[in-house]
Amino acid sequence: MTETDRPETTPTDAVDSALESLSDDGLEGYNYAYLDEHTKREVRRSILKAIAVPGHQVPYASRPMPLARGWGTGGIQASLSILGPEDTFKVIDQGADESVNAANIRRLATETAGVETTTDTTDADVIQTRHRIPEEVVTDDQILVLQVPITDALRTVDSSDAANRRRHAHKNYGKMWVHLYENVVEWGEINIAARYPTMVAGRYLMDPSPIPRWDVPKLDDADALFVFAAGREARIYAVPPHTAVEPLAFEDRSFQVERFPDQACDVCGSTDTYLTEVDDASESAGSTGSRGGIDGSGGSRGGIDDDGGSDAAETETGSDAGDDGRRYVCNDTSFCHKRRSNPDLPRDHHLDRDDVDWGPGTTAADRGGEST
Amino acid sequence: MSLLEGADLTKIYGDGCESCRARTGDSAGTNQCPVCGSVVACADVNLSVAEGEVLGIVGESGSGKSSLAETLALAADDGGEGESGSRIEGEIRYAGHEGNLLEVDYETRHRLRNGDISLVHQHVRDGLELDFSGGGNVAEKLLSAGWRNYEAVRERVRSLFEETEIPVGRMDDPTHTYSGGMQRRVQIARALANDPAVVVLDEPTTGLDVSVQARVLDTFRRVQREEGVAAIVVSHDLGVVRLLADRTLVMRHGRVVESGLTDRIMEDPHHEYTQTLINSVI
Repeated sequence: MTETDRPETTPTDAVDSALESLSDDGLEGYNYAYLDEHTKREVRRSILKAIAVPGHQVPYASRPMPLARGWGTGGIQASLSILGPEDTFKVIDQGADESVNAANIRRLATETAGVETTTDTTDADVIQTRHRIPEEVVTDDQILVLQVPITDALRTVDSSDAANRRRHAHKNYGKMWVHLYENVVEWGEINIAARYPTMVAGRYLMDPSPIPRWDVPKLDDADALFVFAAGREARIYAVPPHTAVEPLAFEDRSFQVERFPDQACDVCGSTDTYLTEVDDASESAGSTGSRGGIDGSGGSRGGIDDDGGSDAAETETGSDAGDDGRRYVCNDTSFCHKRRSNPDLPRDHHLDRDDVDWGPGTTAADRGGEST
Repeated sequence: MSLLEGADLTKIYGDGCESCRARTGDSAGTNQCPVCGSVVACADVNLSVAEGEVLGIVGESGSGKSSLAETLALAADDGGEGESGSRIEGEIRYAGHEGNLLEVDYETRHRLRNGDISLVHQHVRDGLELDFSGGGNVAEKLLSAGWRNYEAVRERVRSLFEETEIPVGRMDDPTHTYSGGMQRRVQIARALANDPAVVVLDEPTTGLDVSVQARVLDTFRRVQREEGVAAIVVSHDLGVVRLLADRTLVMRHGRVVESGLTDRIMEDPHHEYTQTLINSVI
């Protein structure tokens, strides 16, 4: 393409003005919610099948999207297929609403589907998320769409998808158990940071996408529908509401969530949320904060060089870090924001029930301890 | 009452034709059908093993021993169609199961293979996951059978290692770092993990030096007697079969040419081929 093919020059001084100048001619010819109706119908049909067979990987066509596969194309297709004009949409990237990818996905949905967007978990109807489940309890009128890079939990132990499909068909998960056994041999406990293998409804072994272990208990018997969509691998699977989701573990080596001994969020002071380590010395807080949880190592390694200086709750600004430049902050930025103004805000503040079981900090035992 | 019985077992690689059986075998001097080119790995084999008994199968390379062993151990994963276009016919009866074992579905086959009939493969790579630890390979059998208590699994693996004389200290090393003899023992430990009724050993000592062979065989013979497990030992080595087996089948070109008590076969071989075999070894 030569320079003369372009009708007029696009201003390149700012992204917004560039998009502004293109907004009229770009979207005119597009169908509602970007995808054509056949595609959306196919995706919805796959979602329905996935709901009917919890944990089973259902293939779908996975169209090309205006960004590279592996950047959330599966999640976008699932979201755009279920969004309607009345819906409110939230996108989380590794706990944060502010990442470039999350902002762009939100913008795509706004432009093409005309939906409202929000960063407040409790306001959203559809939440597309990458590698986290929100701290606030997700309710029965909300749908979570999780982006999935690797669909099959068994790929860790066998790279052959054909062999793994046969294993799923026959519920033959011996190899995964050996993997866990060897993990305990090596580490003394099961040390899988993310993508923790879970049994869905006692039948299919599922890769819950790279959420930290912290979030795995939230899948169990939840009120919300979880849709897992992989664009690159063209598979959709789901955990319907009130489905048993059990992380694999031994009777005498139980499943454990990440531990943050003596750590509190540097911004809001929470001690009962999933924290990520931020290193102010090398990078800005925003970018590390959103990346910290990728392998969960930020959190689980946390206690090693805890120099006991964290008793100071003089957090407030966040810019003045500890002496070594490391801080711990909430990974879920939207909830952290709310906690800043209301430090005691419970995760189920928006519900009128008080028996909600939503992962660490909300179980019956935890509640007994901290009831006000 | 025999524990495991095979009747008219036949395994053919290739399309097969009407003259396959008639034009192969000992009398024809080949196992490849001259009409269609299919290989008749074994045909019309009848055998039985009683509880606690050891049956030996000897024969030269290519006589169908391993094909027969894999058939008996239900090793083919895809049931009837088999791998690389093979076809299995005949009947296997097992005391712990109603009906023909060759016709069971995948799950039953998997359960039988996991608990009742184990196979010690000729090639280590077929039987073990070399990247897993030795202990992990043995534990896989237990975990597949539903063991969910880590310490119990550990304890069982440790005792199996002791029983098969593998250094317990090497339990958590990757299996590819083990010596050939140890890998063979890990396979035996794995095969014994769920207290099977029958163990099929396919060439348990090939590729091992003589002193290690002797120790592996001693170990297996001791464990076999202690546990009272029945065994089918396939070997080209008459010495192995003489040491282990109560009764022996001699195979050639896919057919059983002679069978009887091991002593009788060794001292008084009837078939011409058996006579040659024994003369050439002893």
